[in-house]
Amino acid sequence: MTSILQLLRSLVTLRWVTGKNAGRNAVIAVPSLFLTAAFLVPFLIVLRISLSDMDTAGSPFGGLLSYVDGIVVLKVKIANYLFIAADELYLLTYLSSLKYAAITTAICLFIGYPFAYFMARARPSIRPVLMMLVMLPFWTSFLLRVYAWKGILANHGLLNDLLIALGVVQEPLHMMNTSFSLVVGMVYAYLPFMILPLYANLVKMDMRYLEAAADLGATPLQAFWRITVPLSKSGIIAGAMLVFIPSVGEYVIPELLGGPETLMIGRVLWDEYFTNNDWAMASSVTVLVVLLILVPMAIFNKYKTEQDAEERT
Amino acid sequence: MNGRTFLQSWFGRGWLSLGYLFLYLPIIVLIVFSFNSSRQDMVWSGFSLRWYSELMSDTEIISGFGLSLKIAFMSATSSVILGTFAAFALTSYQRFRGRTVFSAMVSAPLVMPEVIIGLSLLLMLVSMQKVFGFPERGVLTIWLGHTLLGMAYAAVVVQSRLQEMSKSLAEAAMDLGCRAHQVFFLVTLPNITQALASAWLLTFTLSLDDVVLSAFLSGPGSTTMPLVIFSRARLGLDPRVNAIAALTILVVTIAVIAYAVMLARADRRRRKQLSAAYLED
Repeated sequence: MTSILQLLRSLVTLRWVTGKNAGRNAVIAVPSLFLTAAFLVPFLIVLRISLSDMDTAGSPFGGLLSYVDGIVVLKVKIANYLFIAADELYLLTYLSSLKYAAITTAICLFIGYPFAYFMARARPSIRPVLMMLVMLPFWTSFLLRVYAWKGILANHGLLNDLLIALGVVQEPLHMMNTSFSLVVGMVYAYLPFMILPLYANLVKMDMRYLEAAADLGATPLQAFWRITVPLSKSGIIAGAMLVFIPSVGEYVIPELLGGPETLMIGRVLWDEYFTNNDWAMASSVTVLVVLLILVPMAIFNKYKTEQDAEERT
Repeated sequence: MNGRTFLQSWFGRGWLSLGYLFLYLPIIVLIVFSFNSSRQDMVWSGFSLRWYSELMSDTEIISGFGLSLKIAFMSATSSVILGTFAAFALTSYQRFRGRTVFSAMVSAPLVMPEVIIGLSLLLMLVSMQKVFGFPERGVLTIWLGHTLLGMAYAAVVVQSRLQEMSKSLAEAAMDLGCRAHQVFFLVTLPNITQALASAWLLTFTLSLDDVVLSAFLSGPGSTTMPLVIFSRARLGLDPRVNAIAALTILVVTIAVIAYAVMLARADRRRRKQLSAAYLED
């Protein structure tokens, strides 16, 4: 908030147009203004709508404060929050969103860590090619790539055909629209977000530590657990957060690949707005999701600043 | 060290190959089945270009595609401009009031679930419309949302390039009498053009592909291509979607390869100039 106050003050005095720091202030002010208008203010409005009584107020800005007979009344409606707290379905949905996000993160780490490790230890001449091959799917539509899994996992899809042809199963396995297909889709979509920060971290590692460990008698596995893994901590945290936080609220993948039993908060939010047309409820759910992911986000930011500082030195 | 070489040789290669197979399998499947003649999902019954010709007469897709291109062009441009400003502020000015808030706001859209960004922008726009009577939801509101998301990505790309750039170049220019804005236009900008181009392409494809923000921010008559694809994909498999996929993959692959060749050529030219400069000494 201080940046906004500062901004307003300099706007009033026109210091940033005429002062000696004019260029510098403009460079900071332009993105700040945009982010305030397009990011901060919308959140405040959501918070506001989640607390106001939509039934009595015609305008979304009315409702919180009212003035009657010389008395200012602050009306805060917490019914939505109470309803969410009392309704088991919301609690289950929050928990199941967290569960799928955690499973996705764990599997991405399990596949992605060795992947990034072997990429970073490959010959320097082929590293850019390996890196490019991870980035390339990024450039083709995420929506279409997720859609392709429908064809692979369907009852008469590619994977079942293959399994039947190999004689592994007799009857096609039911994989589509289950929690299995949801997790496959989520891991698939978020794996590069795990690989890239880990690779960036592992490729910078000083190999002399490993040599020293080997000289002191550590086996390669011991050296890996006691040196490589601790040194890549900030990469692991950055990758885990980049996977975990967006997957909590993921909408497209559960909608295309998930089944009726896979509860995800993103879908609930969407339905609250588009199907039930309940703004206040949708806002309350949003506020709770934001609160829920604020903690991991703070951790992410802390490590990101640390990593930036490391890079500068 | 036998263990290490074992790990690096076939276990490492195997892990990488399986990982890449996982990443590329859906793409290969889409391309192969776009040439399938049957309507039946994923049952191969012969080569055909039927879905491509059906695509050509699909007006919903074609108008959606035109609209998506337009929005992607607009939002990539504005994202790169705003993202460059933000990246520049974060790398050049170590201390300013509200730097923590600023830096958090720049990177927040990267991780914030899109449903939340979309809903909060939508609720702000609807509130504004109730109070001021504008803006109508449509191209401009989608542009606003995509710019917010794209700016965060552009800032990351440009910021990493700015951090690589050595400070001595700018300092030398200052010593030679450049004013701050001259340093920016004569020294910094030419040095980060590659990053700007990458950021533009990245934000362009992000916008071209976005479903969630577009769904929240679009109005009647502003249905982008991903919205059309998404509504069809929800219903089931549609071979025309495979054809769209194959076409986009073709275009993207050509663009990425062309860009890589261009970068390599520019790099070679710069090295030649460098060695020529040393020879003259």
